[in-house]
Amino acid sequence: MADKVLMKGNEAIAEAALRAGCRLYFAYPITPQSELIEYMSKMMPKVGGTFVQSESEIAAINMVYGASGCGKRVMTSSSSPGISLKQEGISYISGASLPAVVVNVVRGGPGLGDIQPAQGDYYQATRGGGHGDYRNIVLAPSTVQEFADMAPLAFDLADKYRIVVLILSDGLIGQMMEPVEFQPAKTEEEIEELGKQHESWCMHPNEDEPNHHHHIINSLELDPNVLSDLVLNLEKKYIEIEKTEIRFEKYNISPDNEILCVAYGTAARITKSAIDELKKEGKSIGLIRPITLWPFPSEAIKQAINQNVKKILTLELNLGQMIDDVRLAIEGKLPVDFMGRVGGLVFSPEEVKAKIEEIL
Amino acid sequence: MEIIATRPKSLTKAQFTYCPGCTHGISHRLVAEAMDELGMRNKTMGVCPVGCSVLAYNFFDCDMAEAAHGRAPALATGMKRARPDMHVFTYQGDGDLIAIGTAEIVHAANRGEHFSVFFVNNAIYGMTGGQMAPTTLPGMKTTTSPYGRDEKDIGYPIRACELLATLEAPYYIERVSLLSPQHVIKAKKAVYKAMKFNKEERGFTFIEFVSTCPTNWGYEPMKAFEWAKENMLPFFKLGVFKDKSIEEEGK
Repeated sequence: MADKVLMKGNEAIAEAALRAGCRLYFAYPITPQSELIEYMSKMMPKVGGTFVQSESEIAAINMVYGASGCGKRVMTSSSSPGISLKQEGISYISGASLPAVVVNVVRGGPGLGDIQPAQGDYYQATRGGGHGDYRNIVLAPSTVQEFADMAPLAFDLADKYRIVVLILSDGLIGQMMEPVEFQPAKTEEEIEELGKQHESWCMHPNEDEPNHHHHIINSLELDPNVLSDLVLNLEKKYIEIEKTEIRFEKYNISPDNEILCVAYGTAARITKSAIDELKKEGKSIGLIRPITLWPFPSEAIKQAINQNVKKILTLELNLGQMIDDVRLAIEGKLPVDFMGRVGGLVFSPEEVKAKIEEIL
Repeated sequence: MEIIATRPKSLTKAQFTYCPGCTHGISHRLVAEAMDELGMRNKTMGVCPVGCSVLAYNFFDCDMAEAAHGRAPALATGMKRARPDMHVFTYQGDGDLIAIGTAEIVHAANRGEHFSVFFVNNAIYGMTGGQMAPTTLPGMKTTTSPYGRDEKDIGYPIRACELLATLEAPYYIERVSLLSPQHVIKAKKAVYKAMKFNKEERGFTFIEFVSTCPTNWGYEPMKAFEWAKENMLPFFKLGVFKDKSIEEEGK
């Protein structure tokens, strides 16, 4: 077993991405994700990879588009305002069916907002964010360890489905230091092999190839009938992902649950502390923590509604965004209450406990 | 019988979609001929822009990526960094390169990225129907400058070669035109040189083609060539703005 090291979330995700075979990284500095770009600038040359500090987030995501079109594992990262700028490129990458990993260390918004942790980008992350019909797989970590573990998972999913995988962290998980244990690093041979699996579609000019094949990376199709087929093909992929890639954590789910909480990321972490406290007082509160925000664990939430559950409580660091998906999941069977904080403020376990006691 | 002129191998057999009198066909051909002559086709990846040449991936017979408007130099950066063993070029119009994509081209040039940029300047947005471009001449009427470009209100046209030549990193920058056979012969030499430097990994190379748009200018093809010679060439002066090979080779 590898040793545990104490690291900030932003550094841990960078190290884990390198170990997962990411050899190209393009980004623009923004708080609170700066440790990530700084780590990459330091470590990429040591593994023979490419680090470019781009002129903008727009340029960074388009560099990702170019590198991904060549079949390489590539990543960019930013925080909320920068992710807004990347939406153009994310839409193109999605339209061209390319794999890419994007990390969002979410901060308070809208606009410049602040640099404190928030979850205000849920809609943007799960509804696509850019123009057109497309989906991103969205992974939401709640610890530094989980953040790091999501790097190899994100690259594998991106490669498998040729899709953008967005890791939706926040300023707290990015900045916080926790012990983390890394998966073994891929060898250069393994990374080379990963690239080869994309040869059927990616740009890879080959001067030894007698019958040159013309590889085109593109999201343009002017014939509406053909474009319709292309978008319907994307949909098939999304349906497959909805069937097979839903991830969630059940916490203290039991037939005694009186309240079922739904929370992700930092909000889930705090909710767990409140649930533990209430348990000591003999009150049974369950939590479903979505790990994939898209595809959303609707069925898991539905199944967790045991006979004693009186209410659902959704807890988010925003005005209430995931609550829409929770309501869709439970199909009006129970009232859904909400607890939120905005502006980069975070509720405390005591506040969550008080809220639960209030609605019990 | 000796064949002295044929279709370049680096062009597909697809028929061009360009208007009569448009010079895109010539600039496509010059880039393709250079690829053929330098034996680069099976080691080259291109990036096409948004604009009239948005379908250039159907015409160049090499691996191609279609960029968002203005982002070709960022894509090319990613492609060249991902495959440093390959050669990369972008093909961009005036709105693409020096309006919406100004940041991307300036910074790619400033990093001295090892790819070639072919820049088609016809002083107008062709594909969207003749709107004002960053290179539209003062007084020139377009569908979004119906009273003529007022430089006091919207500024003067931007000279991309001169702007990029202020940077340290670019290796070779030249403006050519496609307005007469003599001009095309000079342009061919410039394109060849840029692609040769590209193949030799010398650095960032940039060729601007002063081009035509008879359809949106509202001229017949021959009149468009004459208009461009009289009006565009005095503002967009032809010549070499940067050539590091001269100092490197001691010529």
